[in-house]
Amino acid sequence: MFRNMKDLVHQAQEQGLSLAGMMMAQELETPGQDKDAIFARMAVQYQVMKQSARRGLEGLRSRSGMTGGDAKLLEEYIQSGPVLGDGLGLRATRYAISVNEVNAAMGVVCASPTAGSCGVLPGVLLAAQEHLDKTDEEMTWALFTAGAVGYVIANNAFVSGAQGGCQAEIGSAAAMAAAALVELAGGNPEQAAHAAAMALKNLLGLVCDPLAGLVEVPCVKRNAGGAAIAVTATHMALAGIKSHVPPDEVIEAMYQIGLSLSPTLRETAQGGLAATETGNAWKQQLWNPVPGQEDA
Amino acid sequence: MKYRSVFDIIGPVMIGPSSSHTAGAVRIGQLARTLFGRTPDSAVLRFYGSFAKTYRGHATDVAAVAGLLGLPTDDPRIPQSIELARQQGIALTFIAEEAIPAHPNTLTIELADGRGTFRATGVSLGGGLVQMTEVDGFSLKLSGDSPALLIFHRDAYGTIAAITQQLARAQVNINHMEVSRSERGKTALMVIETDEKVEPEVVGQMESQSNVFKITTLNP
Repeated sequence: MFRNMKDLVHQAQEQGLSLAGMMMAQELETPGQDKDAIFARMAVQYQVMKQSARRGLEGLRSRSGMTGGDAKLLEEYIQSGPVLGDGLGLRATRYAISVNEVNAAMGVVCASPTAGSCGVLPGVLLAAQEHLDKTDEEMTWALFTAGAVGYVIANNAFVSGAQGGCQAEIGSAAAMAAAALVELAGGNPEQAAHAAAMALKNLLGLVCDPLAGLVEVPCVKRNAGGAAIAVTATHMALAGIKSHVPPDEVIEAMYQIGLSLSPTLRETAQGGLAATETGNAWKQQLWNPVPGQEDA
Repeated sequence: MKYRSVFDIIGPVMIGPSSSHTAGAVRIGQLARTLFGRTPDSAVLRFYGSFAKTYRGHATDVAAVAGLLGLPTDDPRIPQSIELARQQGIALTFIAEEAIPAHPNTLTIELADGRGTFRATGVSLGGGLVQMTEVDGFSLKLSGDSPALLIFHRDAYGTIAAITQQLARAQVNINHMEVSRSERGKTALMVIETDEKVEPEVVGQMESQSNVFKITTLNP
């Protein structure tokens, strides 16, 4: 049983397990659980992620018309052979946007940890699978790595924008993706934990200020940013760079920042980007039903 | 620990756009329906906090109604739920409340039909996880992830012992239990979450006790 990152890394080292293995072991502590069934269920989650990533590349629009089509633009940009190269970060960004556009369009996604942040982890993992030529089985284990980090964050802080701001959603997702990418690339539990901490640190203080309260703007593009930060944090961790502030303290900082955030910056569409001229115009358009039209 | 499983984090598989405001609302709707026990004739949905501000944008209303119809979180019919409810003749009312709730994502659902009325409140914790916090005026903490018994009983000595003995004989393990009452000596609500499903015969035996008024079972 692990309650924090320190326990998680320590127990993994003692038992010679990965963070993914630790998560599976913890899952098996619940009576009546079967390892094959748990793994099979996680394999389904990965397939849902794959399907959503492909669907978004076709180019679709949300009901409000606010988002959609950007994953397709990135796909065309990659196919054209961009002058700056088409490395892992760019490919992860494309899939992250794709999955989150599907979410905004009320398509089927796998929350990870939330729907608003559901593009980050699939974005990084799908790009990594192509880059590292991994099997779906290896990718499914990576979801357990991500789950272990998310489990610690969710139980010691929060993962919803309404409670902790965007840092709790995209920040957690980026931390989860970074740890998963470290283990996929052959890094050890300590490196995975530090990658998670470095990803989260870069997103501390990020507020939840979606236009008209819809999970669209800026959510879709913040999924892109979260994926790119996860890749950067992974590079740093694999190079041996450590977070100067230990991972659990970074999570505690995220929690404290979330508690001190004004409610206007926690998914109420009253502050930040939601309160700009453009944000107010969208609110006006989407929150006021056409006169004479029945509300429901 | 609020989050107990890796699938609380990697999941649910759901229709977008928001795990707390869409998938969580589906779950609260599902639980309200299950606790009511049947399809209602009318439903009043009261949104509080962030739900009150943004329920239209996140389709929280659409999602909660889908839950009331018994649809799962990944059902492609969710976007059409209000139309589906209309076809089934369910009268719907949505109210954005001004009151500040203890949790930012709070939804109260009032259901009614010819046989009775029911009221439940749930909060959406994020990532699709929810907790029912009130049923018919009794406070509780029910995740809906484990099998559960909601036992409405007379607030009298020996009732809890009798119920737990019956569970012991049926070899059912309790993982969480709480009791709340409206007034001393009147009605109390005992909520028992279990590792195993409680068989209907055992529930029937419990219901035959004179101090037990009503039992609602939840089998996820």
